[in-house]
Amino acid sequence: MLYRQTGQFKTTYAADQQIFPLRQDRIAMALLLAIAFVAVPLIGTTYWLTAILIPFLILSLAAIGLNILTGYAGQLSLGTAAFMAIGAFITYNFILRMPWLGAIPSIILAGLCAAGVGLAFGLPSVRIKGFYLAVATLACQFFVLWVLQRVDWLKNYSTSGVITAQTIEIFGYAFDSPASKYLLTLSVVAVMALAAKNMMRGRTGRAFMAVRDMDVAASVIGIRIMRAKLLAFAISSFYCAVAGALYTYMYLLTVEPEAFRLELSFRVLFMIIIGGVGSILGSFLGAAFITLLPILLNRGSEWISGIFNVDISHATVSHFESIIFGSLIIIFLIVEPQGLARLWQIAKEKMRRWPFPY
Amino acid sequence: MGERAQQFGEVILAVESVSLAFGGVMALDDVSFDVREREIRAIIGPNGAGKSSMLNVINGVYHPQQGSITFKGLSRSDMEPHKAAKEGIARTFQNIALFKGMTVLDNVMTGRELKMRCNFLQQALWIGPARRDEIEHREVVEGIIEFLEIQAYRKVPVRQLPYGLQKRVDLARALAMEPSVLLLDEPMAGMSLEEKQSMCRFILDINGHYGTTIVLIEHDMGVVMDISDRVVVLDYGRKIGDGTPDQIRNSQAVIDAYLGVAR
Amino acid sequence: MSFFIEVLVGGLLAGVMYSLVALGFVLIYKASGVFNYAQGSMVFFAALCFVSMIENGVDFWLAIAITITVMIVLAVLIERTVLRPLVNQSPIALFMATIGLAFVLEGASQIIWDSQPHLLELGIQDEPIAWLSQHASIYISRLDLFGAAVAGILVLVLAVFFHKTRIGRALRAVADDHQAALSIGIPLQHIWAIVWAVAGFVALVAGLMWGARTGVQYALTFVALKALPVLILGGFESISGAIVGGLIIGASEKLAEVYLGPYVGGGIESWFAYVIALLFLLVRPQGLFGEKIIDRV
Repeated sequence: MLYRQTGQFKTTYAADQQIFPLRQDRIAMALLLAIAFVAVPLIGTTYWLTAILIPFLILSLAAIGLNILTGYAGQLSLGTAAFMAIGAFITYNFILRMPWLGAIPSIILAGLCAAGVGLAFGLPSVRIKGFYLAVATLACQFFVLWVLQRVDWLKNYSTSGVITAQTIEIFGYAFDSPASKYLLTLSVVAVMALAAKNMMRGRTGRAFMAVRDMDVAASVIGIRIMRAKLLAFAISSFYCAVAGALYTYMYLLTVEPEAFRLELSFRVLFMIIIGGVGSILGSFLGAAFITLLPILLNRGSEWISGIFNVDISHATVSHFESIIFGSLIIIFLIVEPQGLARLWQIAKEKMRRWPFPY
Repeated sequence: MGERAQQFGEVILAVESVSLAFGGVMALDDVSFDVREREIRAIIGPNGAGKSSMLNVINGVYHPQQGSITFKGLSRSDMEPHKAAKEGIARTFQNIALFKGMTVLDNVMTGRELKMRCNFLQQALWIGPARRDEIEHREVVEGIIEFLEIQAYRKVPVRQLPYGLQKRVDLARALAMEPSVLLLDEPMAGMSLEEKQSMCRFILDINGHYGTTIVLIEHDMGVVMDISDRVVVLDYGRKIGDGTPDQIRNSQAVIDAYLGVAR
Repeated sequence: MSFFIEVLVGGLLAGVMYSLVALGFVLIYKASGVFNYAQGSMVFFAALCFVSMIENGVDFWLAIAITITVMIVLAVLIERTVLRPLVNQSPIALFMATIGLAFVLEGASQIIWDSQPHLLELGIQDEPIAWLSQHASIYISRLDLFGAAVAGILVLVLAVFFHKTRIGRALRAVADDHQAALSIGIPLQHIWAIVWAVAGFVALVAGLMWGARTGVQYALTFVALKALPVLILGGFESISGAIVGGLIIGASEKLAEVYLGPYVGGGIESWFAYVIALLFLLVRPQGLFGEKIIDRV
């Protein structure tokens, strides 16, 4: 009843091409943004802001980055964490050595550097496909991490191995409260998500998907495959690098290579499998799922401990987490390979017809 | 027949002594023929005669060991697919190489790739030039969709479409490139009689309306005799016939190898 | 010079260990076209199962028999719940499913048994062979040599199995083309269960050898990651390739660490194998023994 499409006719192609063609969707999005930007910082607790919302936003951004490369362009990558690390470390070095640049330009420059590395490690993708490429990205992951651990100049010769991240300052305003950190993260992620959506629904996205689906046909149409793949690597690395910089400066507050190990790459990969490959919305859904699930499990196990008076250690909970994640991956691959995003789409289609079942 | 022949232009595509081998198998053996502008040229022959390989050589998917292709005056033996596309050669595939993850509209829009101007940064911001570009090409694509009568399926993911419609989308995508030469690889394969008639009508319309030169591989002799202006016959990679449909129908070599005797 | 030989042989023998794990990958890939990321977790699972029984006083050979049975049951379960529903999906989807499987196995092993490191005794000491160390001052571990011998026997048995028996032929047919194999009447599900069971057995052997060397602990699952470069060098479908690839990776890794390491601060072992694999991919993607893939349009 409420979610009707009737009466909303599009008379221009511009109107047809909107991201949210239905008025109800536009209203919902506006509401969501209002709540996110205004209500949450006012009423959100420190715990919610720092432990849930900020990491969720940051990981969504990383997931968007990986989705551009793996979901849209079909190049399987296990090196997401490495690019995040590059973003973090280079931002740190820019802020340290050229403080006059400012925080945002530093992050952008770090992203560009990461894009360069992405191009270099993306070159093999021109000749290699599928899980062979995944092995190449593993090489990237291990090698980059090794460099960041060994090259002392990058760590400012710190001997302790744990470097405290500087506070981000923009035009003199210091972002050190949870609310301000949250708003900065939200703004960056919102802008970059919009940019990603715009790119993916236009020529760039189509070229990526063409290369993913059938590259011979793509080249016959005139799409330059090498250019498309390298562009995908570059854009994806940029997004992951910005995510990494935010991860360090808005969440971890220390600059360490240990935070960017292979496990993180897998986490982000799981986010896009569960959330939906080839979907910007899916990146958010997957990130939300994977951020919230461990917290739910922990609460659940505490509750069970309380009721049955059994002692469930944190280690056990994390093992259960592994089992549940693994099973979910398999279940999603079998039942709904397009992930939560597709389930959401199906739900909306059902809503459109509600209360009529047909 | 005579008036149509007068509409043809100069030779736009010439295949010169092309030989192609895979390992020990000779797919094409010293094949030569030419195609005139605005004509409909059919390539026929038994299975395995090298017809698809011939198309693949023309648009650069395969590189011949010997011989060259002359297109619009330029002669080369090392064509690449995207260069062929740039120069105005488009093709459809026997196995429908559509992009299964996209809708009909998006698939046809990919055909406009070479004509699009905006880079990814402009798209990210979705500002003036990017929006105008997208809408301008959308209009062209909508024209093609209307021409091929697939408007109702615009937003449907192609993998949900029946085979006959997928073939039409394949054709639409090739047309979106505004090609000078259109290579069609068995466009009627697997179609019912009505679908074949529609497809024939479309092909003739494309040739008549847009002036596109057409090279098509086809097994249905009725179709070949009806719509093509000239025919090349291949057998085991060699050319055994080259002429108008009437000449081919009466050629002994072709009858022995392929057509059989008329009852 | 003797130091070089020592490092070289040490590397080769370490490489044999990689080969043992790589063998499991090759088996499954050969027979079902699936790249089983969970092989490392299977190694861990098998080793943990075996070791806990030994620690509870179960007789050595009985423990082996029970573990093999467990691995067979596991194989059937995997075939039923993961492989069968995904039968016609793309290789990437199957690969990601095995990643999920790896996580499930790792979590499950650590819940069923515990996550403490365990010692594994095979009766052969990890000691230098006396004769060699005394006469040529070359230190080569007895255990490593035993591992090489075991691997050699295993490879022979598997090669005979694949090329001389009826089941082996069926396995190769299935690897080539699922649909075609089905249409001749080869029972796909049984074949897959058999293959995964054999891979499970290989995992057990690998688990025993690795466990004896380094103890049975969670880090064992990462051995699987090292097997990837081995497979790229050797080709995904070749049993001999797994051996040769393992030897090359093991040797070059050790040599690089010892001779290049000091110049760059050490730790080369974490990525050297992958970079070699990467270079190989650029030059010869199908590996030393693999088959060239021709793309037909």
